[in-house]
Order: sequence, then structure tokens, then C-alpha cells
Amino acid sequence: MAPHSLYLPRHRFQDLIDTLIDAGYRCIGPQLRDATIVFDDLDSVALLPQGYIDKQGPGYYRLEQQSHQRYFAWANGPQGIKPYLFRAQETLWSVQRNADGHLHFHPQQPEPEHIAVIGLRGCDVAALSLQDAHFLSGDYADSCYAARREGLFVVAVNCSFSAATCFCNSTGDGPGVADNFDLLLSELDHGFVLEYGSESGRIIVERLNLELADDAMHAQAIEQIEHAAQQQRQLPAIDIKSSLFANLDHPRWQEVAERCLACGNCTSVCPSCFCHSEQDVPDLDASSSQHVRQWDSCFSQGHSYIHGTTVRADSKLRYRQWLTHKFSSWYEQYGRSGCTGCGRCISWCPVGIDVTEELAIICSDTGADDDA
Amino acid sequence: MMTHDFNMPYEAEIIKRTQECSNVFTVHLRFTDPSVQAAYRFSPGQFNMVYLYGVGEVPISIVSDPQEEFLLGHSIRAVGRVTEGMAKLQVGDRVGIRGPYGRGWPLQQARGQDVVLMTGGLGCAPVVSVIDYIMRRRNEFGRVVIMQGVKHEADLIWRKQYERWSEMPDTQVLLAADVAGPKWPWLVGRVIGLLDQAVFDHDNSMVMMCGPEMMMKFTVENILQRGIKERDIWLSMERNMQCAVGHCGHCQFGDKFICKDGPVFPYTEIKQLFGRKGF
Repeated sequence: MAPHSLYLPRHRFQDLIDTLIDAGYRCIGPQLRDATIVFDDLDSVALLPQGYIDKQGPGYYRLEQQSHQRYFAWANGPQGIKPYLFRAQETLWSVQRNADGHLHFHPQQPEPEHIAVIGLRGCDVAALSLQDAHFLSGDYADSCYAARREGLFVVAVNCSFSAATCFCNSTGDGPGVADNFDLLLSELDHGFVLEYGSESGRIIVERLNLELADDAMHAQAIEQIEHAAQQQRQLPAIDIKSSLFANLDHPRWQEVAERCLACGNCTSVCPSCFCHSEQDVPDLDASSSQHVRQWDSCFSQGHSYIHGTTVRADSKLRYRQWLTHKFSSWYEQYGRSGCTGCGRCISWCPVGIDVTEELAIICSDTGADDDA
Repeated sequence: MMTHDFNMPYEAEIIKRTQECSNVFTVHLRFTDPSVQAAYRFSPGQFNMVYLYGVGEVPISIVSDPQEEFLLGHSIRAVGRVTEGMAKLQVGDRVGIRGPYGRGWPLQQARGQDVVLMTGGLGCAPVVSVIDYIMRRRNEFGRVVIMQGVKHEADLIWRKQYERWSEMPDTQVLLAADVAGPKWPWLVGRVIGLLDQAVFDHDNSMVMMCGPEMMMKFTVENILQRGIKERDIWLSMERNMQCAVGHCGHCQFGDKFICKDGPVFPYTEIKQLFGRKGF
């Protein structure tokens, strides 16, 4: 905890929301919907999933109400911050065709918007950096992503509880949040230790006029992170990056393909997956057309289509592509693994494929026999 | 004035259209905005995203001479939803063009060396601009060996151009067709079968390849056995591309994005996965 940490009593959490809204932010926060926790517009603490915890496992997600009063005692829902920056679907440009066949192209730049997202965890803050690296670095910064990223205010939360599917401790991305936040909360029984990580964060904190957090609060906040770090799952403690490409012919690829439905749930809930397709949506009178991009998945049939053939025609090759990219190729592309240990791909896989288990088997020297 | 985002096309007009063979056609284009036309530059081996109104975009290599200031050429095989629609376009029709994208051929590095071009099918398209480039600077390069293979003799396009190039100094043109009739004057067989006739300095040459991946795989294996060094082999690769700037993820080949890291690669950069099913 930083020395300038402050104490925000729980009954004043609404003040934080109000202060953000007063400062011009559209406030987004976690709330209950469809028996999960999702991010959506938030103007009242009444919407927060107070008292809830999440029970997660392979292909399993259930919420449970408990007797405590905490807002953030759950690990995560199916959705991180990704849809707010990299939209599931958006128009990149439109084109009009006039009577003589001339084409007029029009850019569709999103209006810059100031969004404050409350409740991002270590895994999602790390995934935010990964998406930044993908969409903003290099010669072609994505203007849609950049416009939204520019106005983003991150209110991160240190996890005090891990779901059974979490393995951020072994990827190094959680359960505590190290950087890339504007505000950081550690939730205690009666309130929050609050610190800022940016100038915009400092301005918000000053407006709240809070007391300093005391040593006992700091100690409890740290103890909670240490508790959350005791996770049931972890990545195998071997050189996954090299092992995957050394095991491209491992029999486990076929075995997992026989369970995998190639549905793409894993890539949809993954906070770092960036694949998208582009397509034209012409208007009914054919006088104009929208050029739209939408999330795609390396598990889809069309993902590797090329003039009449498909490079990855079966699930075995698609699952191998996903895993080798996420846990190996990503190092060369962006300097680290593409996985931040959120565990969503495990919970939201309809057949409960556990990426940590698959990696352990594929990357082990002894092969599938030990664990099958 | 609104800024023009890199992912949005510019309008271009078809000035000339040539039917090369039953399913390959070439369009010669000019940007309708003269300032766009004047500013457009590309290197041989780069590609454009060509947009068909209301249907979509496809990545197509540029066949025209980079010093040709007036028209931009694209040779296209009608094989999918977008390209079959494009095949119906006529002179005067408008399309969208954005680009150029990617890394082209290592022409600076090839100076002073023999240049060996091995292509298959429409793989000949991305090297036409290389040949034009070299022919304009003929004394800066050594021998030029052009080898092109097609499945059927009817698939051979630019026959007259090949005949013209074969008359250039220190230039050898070798053609092959898997299936050909008695009037076919060249080899009946694979492009690889032309290597025995090819004359070039194995210690001082640059081999540039473009074509079906299996053709390139067997050709690479063959020329490595003949003593060509790995570092002297360059390949133009192809994958599904939708954004052309390394964002959409479709063209990934291991850790490479074919669109922005390639499409032209030194063999040494991609050999680990080259020819491997599923990548």
C-alpha cells in the first residue's frame, strides 16, 4: 500500500460514484444480470453485487448470496473491460454510391468519451495493457480503440478472494493490482483502502476529502491479497513457451479436440483475444454500405480460409493455434504471454476444458499417459 | 478536413481491364483524387486491399511497375465471393483501394547478385514488378532467371511478356506446365524440374519465390540440396487478411503477422513452421 492511501468507508462509496460522474465520467461498474456479474452503467451502489460470491469451476459458474456486506467479494464474470474499448461490433467506415457509380467513403470515428470503469481486477488490468500493445503500438494505431482508451479511468480492485478457476498468481498478474490504474481499492469489512495511481486519480481522491488509512487497514489489505494468492490452479512451472512448439504432435491435441466444440466461448470471454473479422453490410436500397468489424475467433471455420481452402479445417488445429498463440507466439509479438490468469475460458467452456490442465499435459515430457 | 484513417479506402477508377485467362483478370486503376494518385508509392512485393462496393475487401499484390506513375495494376483470380464479383467490373467502374501494406522483396540487398525467381500459378503476379524493377536497372543486377510453373498450359498468362523478357541480356526464362499439349514448347512437369536448366551463381544469388506453399516447400528443399544458402531464399506468403495492419489476427503464422511482418519473408524467419499443417 502506498503511504498516501486513504480510507473510504463503505457508506461513502456512493460519493466516489457521484464524484466520478460529476467529474464528467460515464460510470461503469459490476452488477447482477443473467445469473452472472457484468459491467454496465452504474450510478448507484444499490446496483453493486453486494454480498455475492461466485463459485466457478470447469464449465461452471454460480453466484451465491452470503451474509457479508462486501461489494467485490467475487472474482469475475464472463466479461472484462474488453467490450468497452474493442467493441464486439462497430462500423469502421461507410461508403455511399451515387447514381453514376462514384464511391464516397466516410470515416466513423467514435466520439471521445470519458468512461470510469469500477471493479477491474489484476487480470483485467494486465489484459488492458495487452490490448493496448496490440491496438496502439506500431505504425497503425487503431483509432476507434485509441479514442476510447484515451478517456478511460480505471478504478481497480485488489482481489480478496479467488475463484477456483483463477490462476493469476502464476501468470504474475494478480491477485493484487500493481500498476496501470487511476484508483485502486482494497475492500475491508467496513470500507476501502484507496490509493491513486495517476494525476486524474489524485484529483478524484482530493475531492472526496478522506482520512488516511491506518496501519491495521494496510495490514489487512495485504493479508487479503496473500490469502487470495492461495489458488487452486496454476500454470505448469516449466518453459511453456518452448514446450508448446516442441510438442506440436502431442496426442493430447487430438484428445482435447474430441471434447472441444469449437464454439469460441473461450476467445469471447478472453480479455486479451483480439481477432476480428470485417464485413460489408449494404443498405437495402444499395445506395450505401457499412464496413463493420466484429469479434471473430480462431475456432471459427472462416478464420483461416484462403482462396478456396481452410488452413485449420479441424478443432485439433484450431485449439493448437489458440494455445500456441496465447502461451508462446505472444512472447515474440508483445514480450509476454497472452494469458493473465483470469480463468474465464475454463468457467465458460461448455464442456469444461481446463487450459491449465491441457498445458500441463501437453508440455510435460512424459506426455498424456500420466494424467489421462 | 476530416483525416483519412489508414483503414478506409480511397476511390479508384478502372482504366483498363484485361482477361488474362479463364479465371484471371487484370485491372489497371487510377485514384480519382489526383493528390492521392500523386502521393501513392509502393515497393515490389507489397499489396493493397481492394474493395468491391457492398461486398468487401481482398488483399491483392501489385503487378504494375513501381515507376509507372499513371496506373496501378492488380491481377486477380476469381475464386471467392469478393473476387468473383470483381471479375464482373468493367472499365469506368469504381473500387476502393487502401495500401500499400507489408514488406516487399529485398531488392536493395539483391543488387550485384543473380536474381532467381521461382513462381507457381498466380504467384507470378507479385514478382512481375520485381522483373520490371530489375529490367530498368539491368546493369545493377547479375543474371536473372525466371521460372514459372502452372498446372495446365491454359493457365499460363503473360506469355508474350515472358517471351520479351527472354530476349533481355543475361536473362533466362523457363516455363513448365503439369499438363500440356504437343504444342507446348517448354517443360511438361513441375517448376522444380526447371532447376537443371537454370544457370546462375549458386554462391551469389537471391532466390525469390511465390506460389502454392507446397510448391515452395519442395522447391526450397531442392535448392537447399543444390547448395543455395538459407539466407538467400525469400518467400512471399499468403494467409487470410482482413485488416492488413496486424490487428485482425487472421494472417498469423506462428509469431508473425503475414500482413505487416511480410508478406515477403527471408526463409530463415519462417522456416520453423514453413509447410507445417495448421499454421
